[in-house]
Amino acid sequence: MAVKKFMYVNRKAPYGTVYALESLEVVLIGAAFDQDVSLAFIGDGVYELTKGQNTDGIGQKNFSPTYAALGDYDVNKIYVEKESLEERGLTLDDLQHLVWEDEDEDWAEKDSIRLVSRAELADVMAEQEILLSF
Amino acid sequence: MGLLHTVNKSPFESNTFDICLDYAKDGSTVLLIEDGVYAATTGTSAADKIKDASGVSFAVLGPDLQARGLEGKLADGIKVVDYEGFVNLVAEHDSVQSWL
Repeated sequence: MAVKKFMYVNRKAPYGTVYALESLEVVLIGAAFDQDVSLAFIGDGVYELTKGQNTDGIGQKNFSPTYAALGDYDVNKIYVEKESLEERGLTLDDLQHLVWEDEDEDWAEKDSIRLVSRAELADVMAEQEILLSF
Repeated sequence: MGLLHTVNKSPFESNTFDICLDYAKDGSTVLLIEDGVYAATTGTSAADKIKDASGVSFAVLGPDLQARGLEGKLADGIKVVDYEGFVNLVAEHDSVQSWL
């Protein structure tokens, strides 16, 4: 099967709408097909990755721990847009620390999140073959 | 005791929060719920607007803030309420305007 470059573009905050959860479900399904997968978090999408989410009080499933499992599915190119974080008063420290283990380097643990500018992300987006928008 | 306004949209995704502020008169309360809670977090332009709206009271629904991992980011001058507090706010005000 030919490998294609897939990017999932996440622009919605979690819980208020179902987009964030649906995106995560599709990413996990897609991960089974050994494609070249990237995730982009822009706009309110950066809120999906905040650490310390606790949904006990709202009666919805807390799906945020699933992002930490993406590395195990070889989903390890997670682009977070710098300008979107700044507009929201957030820094990388407010987000989960997502890692993956590099098989080619004796399973060395590496960061999955790549902090990029809007212009840089536009370049990465332009290189993709398939874009899925949430 | 004036109106209770509720806002359930992110201030970055729609102009609902801004429109609400245009309509919120002195003595009214704005309660931020669901994705509206993002307006209550520090370092955002929405939090600056809350600071400037001195005659209006602001509250945020705690469970929605906690769900989003933003309890530690709450801006000054905003009261945190639970669901019971939400009901009390409804009872205390003359009427409720839900900005959807």
